[in-house]
Amino acid sequence: MTTDIERVTGTALDRVEGRDKVTGLARYAYEYPADDIAYVVPVPAAIARGTITGIDPGDALAVPGVLTVLSFRNAPPLAGNDPELRIFSSDRVSYRGQMVAAVVADTLEAAAEAARLVHVGYDAEPHDVLLRPDHPEAYVPEKVNPSFPAVSEQGDVEAALGDAAVTVDTTYTTPAYHNNAMEPHATLAVWSGDRLTAYDSNQGSSTARDMLAAAFGLEPGQVRVVSPHVGGGFGSKGTPRPQIVLAALAARAVGRPAKVALTRQHMFAVTGYRTPSIQRVRLGADASGRMTALAHEVEEQTSTLKEFAEQTAVPSRMMYAAPNRLTTHRVVALDVATPSWMRAPGECPGMYALESAMDELAVACGLDPIELRVRNEPEEDPESGLPWSSRNVVACLREGAAWFGWAGRDPAPGVRRDGRWLVGTGVAASTYPARRRPSEATARATADGRFTVRIAAADIGTGSRTALTQIAADALGVPPERVDVRIGDSALPTASLAGGSMGTASWGSAVAMACVRLRERLDGAGGEVPEDGIEARYDTADDIKADAAYARHAFGAQFAEVRVDPGTGEIRVPRLLGVFAAGRIINAKTARSQFIGGMTMGLAMALLEESVPDAEFGGFLNHDLAQYHVPANADVANIDARWIEEDDPHLNPMGSKGIGEIGIVGTAAAIGNAVHHATGVRFRDLPIRPDRVLDRAPQIGGRNL
Amino acid sequence: MRPFTFVRAIDADQAVAGYAREPEWAMYLGGGTNLVDLMRLGVAEPGLLIDVTRLPYDRVEEAPGGGLRIGAAVRNSDLAADPAVRRDYPVLAAALLAGASGQLRNQATVGGNLLQRTRCGYFQDVTKPCNKRRSGSGCPAVEGDHRNLAILGHSEHCVATHPSDMAVALTALGATVHVRGRAGERIVPMPGLHRLPGDEPDRDTVLDPGDLITAVELPPLELAARSRYRKVRERASFAFALVSVAAALDAEDGAVRDCRIALGGVAHVPWRAEAAEEELRGGPATDDAFRAAADAELAAARPLRDNGYKVPLARELIVRTLAELRDGTGADASGGTP
Ligand SMILES: Cc1cc2nc3c(=O)[nH]c(=O)nc-3n(C[C@H](O)[C@H](O)[C@H](O)COP(=O)(O)OP(=O)(O)OC[C@H]3O[C@@H](n4cnc5c(N)ncnc54)[C@H](O)[C@@H]3O)c2cc1C
Ligand code: SF4
Repeated sequence: MTTDIERVTGTALDRVEGRDKVTGLARYAYEYPADDIAYVVPVPAAIARGTITGIDPGDALAVPGVLTVLSFRNAPPLAGNDPELRIFSSDRVSYRGQMVAAVVADTLEAAAEAARLVHVGYDAEPHDVLLRPDHPEAYVPEKVNPSFPAVSEQGDVEAALGDAAVTVDTTYTTPAYHNNAMEPHATLAVWSGDRLTAYDSNQGSSTARDMLAAAFGLEPGQVRVVSPHVGGGFGSKGTPRPQIVLAALAARAVGRPAKVALTRQHMFAVTGYRTPSIQRVRLGADASGRMTALAHEVEEQTSTLKEFAEQTAVPSRMMYAAPNRLTTHRVVALDVATPSWMRAPGECPGMYALESAMDELAVACGLDPIELRVRNEPEEDPESGLPWSSRNVVACLREGAAWFGWAGRDPAPGVRRDGRWLVGTGVAASTYPARRRPSEATARATADGRFTVRIAAADIGTGSRTALTQIAADALGVPPERVDVRIGDSALPTASLAGGSMGTASWGSAVAMACVRLRERLDGAGGEVPEDGIEARYDTADDIKADAAYARHAFGAQFAEVRVDPGTGEIRVPRLLGVFAAGRIINAKTARSQFIGGMTMGLAMALLEESVPDAEFGGFLNHDLAQYHVPANADVANIDARWIEEDDPHLNPMGSKGIGEIGIVGTAAAIGNAVHHATGVRFRDLPIRPDRVLDRAPQIGGRNL
Repeated sequence: MRPFTFVRAIDADQAVAGYAREPEWAMYLGGGTNLVDLMRLGVAEPGLLIDVTRLPYDRVEEAPGGGLRIGAAVRNSDLAADPAVRRDYPVLAAALLAGASGQLRNQATVGGNLLQRTRCGYFQDVTKPCNKRRSGSGCPAVEGDHRNLAILGHSEHCVATHPSDMAVALTALGATVHVRGRAGERIVPMPGLHRLPGDEPDRDTVLDPGDLITAVELPPLELAARSRYRKVRERASFAFALVSVAAALDAEDGAVRDCRIALGGVAHVPWRAEAAEEELRGGPATDDAFRAAADAELAAARPLRDNGYKVPLARELIVRTLAELRDGTGADASGGTP
């Protein structure tokens, strides 16, 4: 990639579609037009478990404009291997809110009104929606996501813990969380004979196409999924959700294009969520703080429909050196919707527990928490024995400490006061795997001097279209203004999902190589672009198969200052700093947004967010944004993200690691650790709410009055 | 949402008469920030919506006997910004600004704010029982999720709280609510507009169907110039109160001459802390006296399984707010941003 112009990767290029977005020109799924659209409103189950005994659509059908009422009584069977997507396939109800019927009507208003008039009879059975310690039905799954063993063991943890000079044995809990992207899950489905086009909000149009084809027994070539702009997903639009199937089903049933947008309340039922977790962490160390044992045992939930086992203890397999190690996962199949992907699955909840326990160990050892982590830095990936492609967590901790002003921190908890506030600081490490998946791209030069790159990548608000523009421009050696990147359409070359922080690495690899190929062909043609253009295609499947064996991860360190009012239970976070080592940063502006966005979500995890299960009726109680609290502006004060440039040759042509998820990893632990530093009390159940602080106020030193 | 007819009334007679023609189905519509949500949820199912925001009740003016007369259609943000309110009744401005968000306050009206319904999650979900929504269906909150619900004045039939911040300030100030009903005008004092649930939790207030709120009047009250509102909630803004306190204090030479205290987030009504006021009047303005007053008020508290934290929180807020009023300290009256 030698060029005579300046590289644009690494610069803070504005989003290429930014103007379209702020002027409303960017079209989102629900905004696509079609002639004669029918509107679809699903009917959620009103019980958590049981059988549908009857569906009486009479009153609904009597509403003017209603075309049909779909349910297991009349809907055609769907194929495919995801039971959450085989809607209306049986009379069983597996969780409250599951779609049991849907109304299709001429107007949204008629469909919504009629949906309330569909009378569904149930034979309800006793249900269980609460994850609790030592649940009698808990079992060890065969694997945890995506394909890790559920249990790993090295050495003899119990013996090592017995012998350790210092031990920590604590249990942390995290509640369920919902992704809550701004744009709801929405689809417009249009059939033309046996060909289906779906304008849909998702994290990968190729994936959505393949799922739709499987569901309706079509060839992938008969299905097209169009999703150029997506208003967030955070994992909830990775696995296709039932609205896309419903739209297609309804459109076929009435012979018209059909539109569905889920309500926020219904999103809480059918678009996935992060499983709650109960995590026991035991650490053993010698007197100098060198860990001899690390055990991380996780209990979490799945559904009766399909197994989803979050890889919560997996980061404890690679984060620190410890000769004796045990990680386990047990899941319970409850009468709940299947948990699903949410920003940094595994790492986010798992590192909350591990990094909180590390802080407890630092206190127990009388060591600075940064020093403790430095002492337990592993030379190689402890379980696999693989070398690190690069690992700069220590640099992040040290540089972050300097930027944050960590030096000279008094470790004594509960002693700093500023008026009504107790003040504390905390630190935690972050990590997230750096992976890539096969993708294909084409690059085309046209005689007008422009270049077009095509790949079915997704931009879910992250800025990936812009990053790919930069990658292509550098690979071609042209300014970005001359490059058009076409993404968000399954008709484009097949691409992997926007998920697992793999998007830009996967798509960028294909784009960069397609562009390199194109340059070669251009050079071969003497630099002249023929009249009808010239094109190159690249598929990264073989490259990825041939990737050398390395442990590839991004790392980071998060620092928090908190203030706790022990009299009112209020907690504020005046300062958050994240320092990340994530390979080469492709776009300084959108990367910063990803980091601080993740950190904001981590702050929310520490203090605000939780999906409250309804033990009596099933489902979640606080299913709207007035009750489920995401941070508002006033909650996020001084938040900063920086990064350390890494030169890692073992990753991909860009030398980049994913950045979409690592920002949320460690934040909650840093905040929780700071709350301990402020108050002297450990709050091991998230979120740390005012009532929880108040309930333990007597343990907090020096109350206000 | 059920289909409905929408009419816009231009005067009170027209509004009240319109209601009287469809008493089963009519509802007044203020800014709609609560009612329209409830209609979407199927909790409210009016067949006729009578928009009352164009009635000539959009002004804040001096009342005939002193004090302020606030039209029922005045928007929450306009009321919070009113110079006379900010000067003479700062507790009211602060309470308004502590509520909802800027956009919602621009839309919400005084009348609608007073009559907004509880935020109890069961109430807002028509697929679950709730005595307030469907009389006699039961109250799942008693055994279920009630962390944010009442500690005072609740009954076995309902443990909900009234969510309004503004109403807490009005209750402390002893405002009166002017109502136009079928039988003409009447005046309802605050406290007194809202009612405890008893065995009729479906009735939030003493108003009759069709009663139209036309204005709220604030009495002249010198001590209100030294008043403030303090609200604790889970996030730093844009959330309903866990507990809030509206207080005004007139203390001289270390003694309490007069005071007003009301609590939010603790009961089915904005809770006037009469026992605490009683305890304080004429006594010393010391922290100890404030504590004793708070304890006197909260002696009646009957917290539920998961909301015991509200008792020490209410106590703390009463004591701190009085101390700050006495000392002229603690400028972050509304939120607690460091
Ligand atoms: C996300 C969210 C957060 C919020 N946070 C807060 C908060 O923190 N604190 C807080 O106090 N409030 C909060 N609110 C509530 C908000 O203050 C109320 O929704 C608003 O004040 C209602 O006023 P409105 O004019 O929109 O009423 P509407 O929704 O129009 O009406 C509410 C009720 O009053 C009746 N009504 C309206 N006007 C009259 C009248 N003149 N006479 C008789 N009846 C009338 C209507 O029939 C209806 O029953 C929040 C609301 C939302 C949606
Ligand atoms: S507390 Fe009141 S509003 Fe809530 S469920 Fe019970 S009866 Fe309904």
